[in-house]
Amino acid sequence: MKLHEYRSKQLFSQHGIPIPRGRVAMTAREAKLIAQELGGRVVIKAQVLVGGRGKAGGIRLVDSPEEAEEVATHVLGMQVKGLPVRRILVDEAATIKSEIYLSVTNDRNKQCPVIIASAEGGVDIEEVARTKPEKIVRVHVDPLLGMRQYQARQLAASIELSRECWQEFGNIVWGLYQTFVDTDATLAEINPLVISENNRLLAIDGKMIIDDNALFRRPELAEMRDLEEEKPAEREARRFGLSFVKLDGNIGCMVNGAGLAMATMDVIKLFGGEPANFLDIGGGAGADKVAAAFNLILKDEGVRAVLINIFGGITRCDEVARGILAALKEVEGTLPMVVRLVGTNEDQGRHMLRNANMVVATSLGDAAQKAIQLSTEGQST
Amino acid sequence: MSILVDANTKLLVQGITGREGFFHTIRMVEYGSKIVAGVTPGKGGEWVHDGKIPVFDTVESAVEATGANASVIFVPARFAVDAMLEAADAGLPLCICITEGVPVQDMMRVRQYLDQHDVRLVGPNCPGILTPGECKAGIIPGHITQPGTIGLVSRSGTLTYEVLYALKQEDIGTSTCVGIGGDPINGTSFIDVLGMFQADPRTDKVVLIGEIGGQDEEIAAEYISNHMTKPVVAFIAGQTAPPGKRMGHAGAIVEGGSGLASEKIQALESAGVIVADQPEAIPSLL
Repeated sequence: MKLHEYRSKQLFSQHGIPIPRGRVAMTAREAKLIAQELGGRVVIKAQVLVGGRGKAGGIRLVDSPEEAEEVATHVLGMQVKGLPVRRILVDEAATIKSEIYLSVTNDRNKQCPVIIASAEGGVDIEEVARTKPEKIVRVHVDPLLGMRQYQARQLAASIELSRECWQEFGNIVWGLYQTFVDTDATLAEINPLVISENNRLLAIDGKMIIDDNALFRRPELAEMRDLEEEKPAEREARRFGLSFVKLDGNIGCMVNGAGLAMATMDVIKLFGGEPANFLDIGGGAGADKVAAAFNLILKDEGVRAVLINIFGGITRCDEVARGILAALKEVEGTLPMVVRLVGTNEDQGRHMLRNANMVVATSLGDAAQKAIQLSTEGQST
Repeated sequence: MSILVDANTKLLVQGITGREGFFHTIRMVEYGSKIVAGVTPGKGGEWVHDGKIPVFDTVESAVEATGANASVIFVPARFAVDAMLEAADAGLPLCICITEGVPVQDMMRVRQYLDQHDVRLVGPNCPGILTPGECKAGIIPGHITQPGTIGLVSRSGTLTYEVLYALKQEDIGTSTCVGIGGDPINGTSFIDVLGMFQADPRTDKVVLIGEIGGQDEEIAAEYISNHMTKPVVAFIAGQTAPPGKRMGHAGAIVEGGSGLASEKIQALESAGVIVADQPEAIPSLL
């Protein structure tokens, strides 16, 4: 779960990391009042959960409360990569001498947290990793011991930070690591961490991702989920315990298991089709989940055909077929459907579906080709 | 011979009285696995499966009384960390965690602790291990494969079943099938299992099923080119997955341009691995 910049910075601040004075506004009028409080020269920042806000014009420096109101009106009416801006952060403008990158994340290969720093802050860190990999330094942390103070000095020395900033930098690295641990984050990032003219450090932008699997013990963070930023279908899927990702194609997919769901998409593509979604209904395939899945797929107006691919391992294929038929009664609307059922009692399951006028396939390749054919037939009529 | 589990494996089930734990315990017993004990805190002294399997309060007491030498964990996610650590503390050399949803930071600590205690953890978020005809430790359906000489290792569940079943249609059996799980931090990686298959006299060839996210497949490719003489056939799921989106499994995500299927396929092919363009093509490539 991604957190907004203002939420991330609040969490940083609670862990002793200096952030600019500022507040969130939902209207241009509020933005003007906040700018007045802060002395006029402020930065207006769109709060959306996608990158590239700056390039889209969602981050603007203004010199007066009046200008703040004018710019806020504009920013609050805009969209960044399709997401409407509902909130803006109004922050006191900082003086910037140089910019640092600092983050804590999980190193999957070394299986421990890693603290990453670079003197090349304020730009896309992946770009730095590609073009100047020597400018990025990493320190790994023993998850049982936690971060040690010397590790911050290692980072400071490696990015050639001036010595008078070491103390403050050390406190910030410490605070960021504690934020990472206390929130069960998978990413806690400050970019940039600016050094001002008088050598003070300030976290002017922040980003956090919280581990969804840990939200059960972080209820205060779970409440921060911004439901408005999610696609309605993905929100709906989560409610039913389905795993769903919307794509741009026209063949809806319903599969049990994440790996098989990905493989199904891949095979559709292999035969020249385009999958409309990733959808994992989980290990079994109860009628209620199948019905919810059908509804999700049918709501997508771009879908021309549906491919159902179920491997009946523990769950028998005749049970799955019964579930599909029961679910179809609950669903409004109809589309050409190809079903591939494999595993225990597959013949019985297929027979039941064939009697219900569904196109039945035996192999995945066969199913994909049939679904592609049905999807193009739908277009020509 | 086989790897990790065989006819002599004495299994203990943590969470045996839970819905999932009980259901799969019966499936394992039906397959012929030796389930010697179960553990559910607060239910010690009870018996399950018509009085055939004793339940203990702690793993330590279960091991002491029954000589169990491997554990399968079915407890809910919020208790899974404790269950893994308890298995390690009781001195079990092998622990298989089926549970999905363990927080990543917990897994980093568990992994560190287990490594210091010489415990082999498989999973979490995995279907377990199956040595056909000998032992089923987990939830892989037993009847979709048969004894044979193909070693199979996978990050997935149903996709693994799919491949096992496709192999069986061609009368190809497996020596052992290992599901290492779909989480970003897990106990056993591809290279651990590849090394075991390379050393296992019963295994002639290996099938590796990977997916997007992380660099386990790239590391496996390097290992294969340096250490393996047995042929490897692979399939990588998620070529059509969009970047930045988690595809069901916690670990299946392309982040910062890393974890792409195309890079994994390229790495494996340069290591001499035959990569199938669809899972059903695997039997013909062996």
